[in-house]
Amino acid sequence: MCGATEGGLSLDGVDVKKEAIIQGQVFRGEDPVGNAYVRLLDRTGEFTAEVPTSATGHFRFFAGEGEWTLRTLAPKADPVDNRVVAAVGSVAEVNVRL
Amino acid sequence: MTRESSLVSPQWVEDNLDNPDVVLIEVDEDTTAYDKGHIRNAIKLDWTTDLQDQVRRDFVNKEQFEALLSDRGVSNDHRVVLYGGNNNWFAAYAYWYFKLYGHQDVVLMDGGRKKWELDSRELTDAVPTREKTTYSAQDQDTSIRAFRDDAVAAIGVQNLIDVRSPDEYAGRLLAPAHLPQEQAQRAGHVPTSLNVPWSKNCNDDGTFKSDEDLKALYADVGIDDSKDTIALCRIGERSSLTWFVLKELLGHQNVKNYDGSWTEYGSLVGVPIALGDEPGDA
Repeated sequence: MCGATEGGLSLDGVDVKKEAIIQGQVFRGEDPVGNAYVRLLDRTGEFTAEVPTSATGHFRFFAGEGEWTLRTLAPKADPVDNRVVAAVGSVAEVNVRL
Repeated sequence: MTRESSLVSPQWVEDNLDNPDVVLIEVDEDTTAYDKGHIRNAIKLDWTTDLQDQVRRDFVNKEQFEALLSDRGVSNDHRVVLYGGNNNWFAAYAYWYFKLYGHQDVVLMDGGRKKWELDSRELTDAVPTREKTTYSAQDQDTSIRAFRDDAVAAIGVQNLIDVRSPDEYAGRLLAPAHLPQEQAQRAGHVPTSLNVPWSKNCNDDGTFKSDEDLKALYADVGIDDSKDTIALCRIGERSSLTWFVLKELLGHQNVKNYDGSWTEYGSLVGVPIALGDEPGDA
């Protein structure tokens, strides 16, 4: 869970010690999905942030300590929820499968 | 204003892509999004360079706004249709901006870029060319813009609607969670402000909720219709969306957007700040 994951987004310029990072990649089968939207919901289910995935299907959030839910929306797919725990000083990696 | 006069659907946009009376404009938080693909015939406004003074923290002035729209081929008679990413955050900001400078016919595309993409509608990388115009703006309509002294004076007196996420409101985060958290200002919220996250206005696909749901949302948090209202967030773009809902969709009177928002208020010396999930006292 700690440090940059091989093949993940670059963390150059990010002070990981001060951030609770949640990041990952969205896949349909084996293919990364570049036109998905990933929403970060807090422990009560309230929306906190949303990012579109990059061309390679990657996303990243700077969250706070605690439990979060990632809700992923993409064309021609039902929304997918993934639970994740974030902690300051670490990077939580999540691969989302549509 | 009403939903019918301030919103159009993606289907309406698709049916009017070649309408010469319509100018379609994309405005995104991610200013490179347009360059990766956009709706056909849409032009781009960059909120960081086109809409902001490049030296001091303020908007472009009337003359700069006139020069911008003239250069981009927007006339006073055009229907301006705005759309963008992040559930229309910055499109709503641009909408407020067009209203600030008195443009008559401006609407948002419901759901913005996300809804368009989730519908699997076409995007292109072809950039249209438009003939230059001579655009004439009006003086800023400050009846819809709040400044820091307005925000301080509103404590315990007016409706203050803080539209940031609950964790930002409570002071547990300093910025939206897709941005780094290290910031200069203090955390928290303006005392007596109510937390109604902007996201409660929208469905998951980015479209606005029904008028009935929106009315119930603001009634449930106790917004007082007899008082003036100021919406704020971190830099004034998410609160533009809430301003749009209250003023344009629900028809509330005397609603202002505080574009200085938390990055200004949280940096002021000596102003009161409340921490935690409750509004706090005046």
